[in-house]
Amino acid sequence: MLRTFRIGGIHPPENKLSAGKKITPLDLPEQVIIPLGQHIGAPAQAIVKKGDIVKVGTLIAKAGGFVSANIHSSVSGKVNKVDVVTDASGYKKPAIFIDVDGDEWEDSIDRSTTYIRECGLPSKEIIEKIAGAGIVGLGGATFPTQVKLSPPPGSKAEILIINAVECEPYLTSDHSLMMEKGQEIMTGVTILMKAIHVTKAVIGIENNKPDAIKHFQQLAKDFNGIEIMPLKVQYPQGGEKQLIDAVMRRQVKSGALPISEGAVVQNVGTAFAVYEAVQKNKPLVERVVTVTGKAVSNPCNLLVRIGTPVRALIEAAGGIPENTGKIIGGGPMMGKALVTADIPVTKGSSGILLLTKQEAKRKPVYDCIRCAKCVNICPMGLNPTFLMSLTEYTNWEAAEKNNIVDCIECGSCSYTCPANRPLLDHIRLGKGTVMGIIRARKS
Amino acid sequence: MENNNLYISPSPHIHSGDSISKNMYGVLIALVPALLVSLFFFGLGALVVTLTSVGACLLFEFLIQRFLFKKEPTLWDGSALITGLLLAFNLPSNLPVWIILIGAAAAIGIGKMSFGGLGNNIFNPALVGRVFLLISFPAQMTTWPKPGQLLSYLDGETGPTVLSLIHWDREAVPSVTQMLTGEMGGSLGEVSAIALLVGLLYMLYKKIITWHIPVYVIGTVVVITGSMHAINPQAYADPLTHILSGGLLLGAIFMATDYVTSPLTKKGMIIYAIGIGVLTSVIRLFGAYPEGMSFAILIMNAFTPLINSYVKPKHFGGN
Repeated sequence: MLRTFRIGGIHPPENKLSAGKKITPLDLPEQVIIPLGQHIGAPAQAIVKKGDIVKVGTLIAKAGGFVSANIHSSVSGKVNKVDVVTDASGYKKPAIFIDVDGDEWEDSIDRSTTYIRECGLPSKEIIEKIAGAGIVGLGGATFPTQVKLSPPPGSKAEILIINAVECEPYLTSDHSLMMEKGQEIMTGVTILMKAIHVTKAVIGIENNKPDAIKHFQQLAKDFNGIEIMPLKVQYPQGGEKQLIDAVMRRQVKSGALPISEGAVVQNVGTAFAVYEAVQKNKPLVERVVTVTGKAVSNPCNLLVRIGTPVRALIEAAGGIPENTGKIIGGGPMMGKALVTADIPVTKGSSGILLLTKQEAKRKPVYDCIRCAKCVNICPMGLNPTFLMSLTEYTNWEAAEKNNIVDCIECGSCSYTCPANRPLLDHIRLGKGTVMGIIRARKS
Repeated sequence: MENNNLYISPSPHIHSGDSISKNMYGVLIALVPALLVSLFFFGLGALVVTLTSVGACLLFEFLIQRFLFKKEPTLWDGSALITGLLLAFNLPSNLPVWIILIGAAAAIGIGKMSFGGLGNNIFNPALVGRVFLLISFPAQMTTWPKPGQLLSYLDGETGPTVLSLIHWDREAVPSVTQMLTGEMGGSLGEVSAIALLVGLLYMLYKKIITWHIPVYVIGTVVVITGSMHAINPQAYADPLTHILSGGLLLGAIFMATDYVTSPLTKKGMIIYAIGIGVLTSVIRLFGAYPEGMSFAILIMNAFTPLINSYVKPKHFGGN
């Protein structure tokens, strides 16, 4: 019996249209727009100004706090302006605009394809290099990686869990990376193990990627302490707490960090970025992005420079279909609906999904029939229909008591509801309000 | 394509395609075997009662939604069809049309619409209709035609049900085979255990309901009636007879599992189901009525909001 997490879960149609497609580098755009807030935490602070000449890999913004990340130029050229741009959140945020000129890289970066397996650096230097390269969690959460690798005093990591689940329907960027960069990823995992002083790592891969499982089981024979664990397909297995439950059979307590159960979780794409940063001195300036959708003529996996407008990616996949109703940054379950196709790709962009008008339209909402399907599938063991009512009645006290802040916003409840109730819309609103109340009480 | 044509909404951006009507029609399909058995044993009477009940429930649903609520009627979501069919299943096949109409009005009008319609009612509408009739017309509601009189409606020869026989004439209780197939006196839909169990399997397969409520209701009745039978086999019937007689299976499978009026959590469902099992057994063994299923379900319906507010789902990493 394959393992999976033990509470709730759904299995939406996988629709991995771009599976098996080779990663293709996308042509450089004329201009990139690099937002300063591409990660969780404080935005980075720009250290370039209009007219500055930059190369690929030049540091253009410095981490703006402990939980923050460096940002590097993804192209060579001239800084056009430091201004604001509408990002995936729909709000205008500060960003650096760079006009592309040629493709000149910083000299320190090793651009050869030579695979370097050995890493002699001690933990501290590894973490410094990762921080220097501006690496964040590439699964979409974009939490600065160096922070996750530095456990708070008093806690100790026992195991490194690599999230190669890719449970979101449609997305294949991690899958394609695993098929093409297997040994680099394995080395990245070894480096991460060294960084947090553990001797054991588990790579969790859902069973719908048998080729990746086989490939990695083969590779794992050459690496000590790395176990490949096939997992039963179930959404949201890529959720950090769900993955830990699936792999370790331990449930992280409400409000606690994974380290409380001895686990550090990193995305498989992050492991590859770590390899490139530590072994090749290459900062995070590009990533694999899946462009997909049922009406898209050529669903594909593209290697894209950070800051490239989404429109350029869609053009490479055959253009925006006539009947497009929604452009989503990320997957269909947790991605964000973009307000325009001019939003730039950021470190957290795992995919661009185009839904047709028909797919995008929400259906009419009916009264709750208390079928309890949302209660049965909630992976956090919450009562979504009750939390929605509490939010509607602004009963924040009861919402807090019923653990509204534990919601991971996976969307399984809204997906499942036969009455088409927008459960997560309300719960998200309630969660935000309750978190605000808790913060105010603490300060 | 222009930007202002894009839909903007929070995630998730896809939906399972499940709907209220899919679930309701699933229940209706599960009711078909029992309907066929009732037509087979009660013929014309079953047909008239079923058509009247279903038609009247649809009519009252339409009239109330259109002229009282003044909104677009959701006639074909399947819920009124289920109420109509389940009400018919709870009636004798020789009940006059005018009484059925009163029952349908009580079921839809009082049981469902007075609370605001589907999803808001506290009590199972079909049972509200049935109990309303049972209290108002006790004589007509407790004489059941004998099976096999296919062309009779109001004029059929009547006889006692198993539940009366086990009190008064144990020798005349039908065989287990007769009770399994449904060849015995009783309300339309309750007679055939096999047909009802086929319906249960279908609903479990389609994931319309979970096993918890039917299994715990039946299990509780087995434990209580079994212990009483073990203590005094002369006075109390064996548990198998209890399960196969009366409305127990119909209630446990189709009435107690009604989404709206049963608890949300597994643990809550178990408490609710045990409550139904205990109440039914107590009414059957010690009460004035031979049958207690309807009352037991309605009483536990009333406890459902309380159960929902005290019994929480198993919380991730929780205590």
